[in-house]
Amino acid sequence: MNFSGLINDFGPLTVTGLAQGAIIALFALGYTLVYGVLRLINFAHSEVFLLGTYGCLIAWGWFGLDQNSKAPNFGAMLAYMALGLVVAIVASGLTALAVELVAYRPLRRRNAPPLAFLITAIGASLAISETVGVLTHRNQRGVPPIIQARTVITIGDTHITNLQILIVVLALVMMFVLDRFINGSRLGRGIRAVSQNPDSAALMGVNKSRVISLVFLLGGLMAGIAAVMYDLKIGVTKYDAGFLLGIDAFTAAVLGGIGNLRGALLGGLLLGVLQNYAAGLFGSQWLHAAAFVLLVLILLFRPTGLLGESLGRARA
Amino acid sequence: MSDTAVAPPKAKQNFRGNGGVRGWFGRQPTWVRAIVTLVALGLAILLPYAGDVPLIGPQIVTQGIDWPSSLFNMSYYVLLALGLNVVVGYAGLLDLGYVGFFAIGAYGTALLTSRDSLLYAHSGWSWLAAAPVALAITMAAGLILGWPTLRLRGDYLAIVTLGFAEIIRIVATSTPNFLRGDRGFTNIPHPPGQGADGKPIFGVTDATPYFWLGLAVIVVVILGVRNLDRSRVGRSWLAIREDEEAAEIMGVRTTRFKLWAFAIGAFIGGLGGVLFAGEQGFINSQTFVLQFSILVLAGVVMGGSGNMAGAILGGALISYIPDRLRGISDPFFHTDLYEYRFAIFGVVIIVIMVLRPQGLIPSRRRAMELKDREKEVAPL
Repeated sequence: MNFSGLINDFGPLTVTGLAQGAIIALFALGYTLVYGVLRLINFAHSEVFLLGTYGCLIAWGWFGLDQNSKAPNFGAMLAYMALGLVVAIVASGLTALAVELVAYRPLRRRNAPPLAFLITAIGASLAISETVGVLTHRNQRGVPPIIQARTVITIGDTHITNLQILIVVLALVMMFVLDRFINGSRLGRGIRAVSQNPDSAALMGVNKSRVISLVFLLGGLMAGIAAVMYDLKIGVTKYDAGFLLGIDAFTAAVLGGIGNLRGALLGGLLLGVLQNYAAGLFGSQWLHAAAFVLLVLILLFRPTGLLGESLGRARA
Repeated sequence: MSDTAVAPPKAKQNFRGNGGVRGWFGRQPTWVRAIVTLVALGLAILLPYAGDVPLIGPQIVTQGIDWPSSLFNMSYYVLLALGLNVVVGYAGLLDLGYVGFFAIGAYGTALLTSRDSLLYAHSGWSWLAAAPVALAITMAAGLILGWPTLRLRGDYLAIVTLGFAEIIRIVATSTPNFLRGDRGFTNIPHPPGQGADGKPIFGVTDATPYFWLGLAVIVVVILGVRNLDRSRVGRSWLAIREDEEAAEIMGVRTTRFKLWAFAIGAFIGGLGGVLFAGEQGFINSQTFVLQFSILVLAGVVMGGSGNMAGAILGGALISYIPDRLRGISDPFFHTDLYEYRFAIFGVVIIVIMVLRPQGLIPSRRRAMELKDREKEVAPL
């Protein structure tokens, strides 16, 4: 235990934790959305994220960018960012839809027990990540320096980089947009209706299958954005990147209250910060272990999370 | 028996309609069943010599790994599948961290016996002395993990057990003195025993005795689990699996019986680990990857969860197929097909759950439960 390390690095650890937490929060939205509507853990969501991290790398690769290329100028940077985001979002969104279609829909038709959904989702997750693993020879892939991390704000000995600010701001903006979409739009009303009571919603003319697809798609979009942020922040991706961060994201969703959008944001930021404190205290290899211990504690003492469950009741 | 009063419908008269092989087996007198079982067991004992059978023998044996070793791998996979089947198939609890118990069994053995261990003073324990202690530790670990988590909903339980296995792996990789990370434990003793020629029975060159040892353990486990399943414990598991709330209202002590399932599953998993450590003589943190538990789960689901014959078949297949693929490279990327094993089993899990959710050898009761749910299907 290294208390002086934690106290000395308190500021930097908090800032790193917030940036990491913002990525986790965006990732966690996918779990929360699907859980809110279907009451099941979309285990394959980690692979939705994984294909996003590779999607934008491949798109940048079309322009000859790899980890050794020079940082582009400002205009090119914006263009590359837009391209990377679009491709990652498309890759993640399509993966999410495909998983729903292949692994979930046939089971839903048959009213399979909840365990069956979980098992197919695990199968899908394993199949995707291992295929990526075999194709990449289980090597990690470096990310081109699209955005050079520069310190823009210094408070005491805490340096905040442009990248960290971008990540947190983007996560907040996306959360706000999604929140408005779910609570303000017609499609969002459909989602809330299905999450409150699927059968009544179907009787009232809501197309349940379409709502479910929409929810998977939205989760995929958010995971795509998180994937680009992850690439830029970490600098490498690997076939098991989705799995490890997926556990964190799921923990964050449960921490905030699974099925609750604002809970995912709160849980993500909180988890990111707490994990970094734990890493400061015990050493960085215990980062993921900290997430698990936290998860067990939440489930034992407050299984509905900090802000409570349920997508439908979030506003009502 | 007044089965002459009503003639059964004609369609039911064929072999399948009468329950197929298992139906026929169930109608035989005890002595026929005993003979069939003994013959099957005898064939299993003779498996190491399968390569000597003309024509089909060379097709069966593995190429990239010697055949007895492959058989031993199969035996501990079958053991793990049997244990996980108790947890997932009987009690309906999804445990994604089953490899954790396997690891505890193996590490328990290593800690007590290996010269690299912190506990090693002047002489280590023998394998046989360490085994019961390691098993007790594993069972205790099952209880410690189960006691707080079994109150959780099924899907939460899955994630927490996943986390448990991951924590064990993290502890193993990040404690260089206690569980020794990548360096691992060497010199774990083999099981005791000397042949007539004075050489140890359990050597390093030939894995055949280990396979027979594994087979013997499997037989004992099968008998034990079968008796449990037919007892009050087994009926409680069934009730919990079908409807936990209803079971609780009817007076089944759900948490207690779930804990039982967990502890028994842990025990069998630990047994696999103890055998594994005894055969390999070396373990490190790389041995216990998480995909391993999912692979065993795939085996149980593939074979038919809730049915021991299914679990045995599934466990044998998840070990045999990758071992058979070893040393064969694919035509496109020239990678060893063995590398694809997890990806292939991921797809297999989906296909089985979608097309034949009851598994290859279904448990009849389980198949009826699934059919029952299909009738209640809500319109999409």
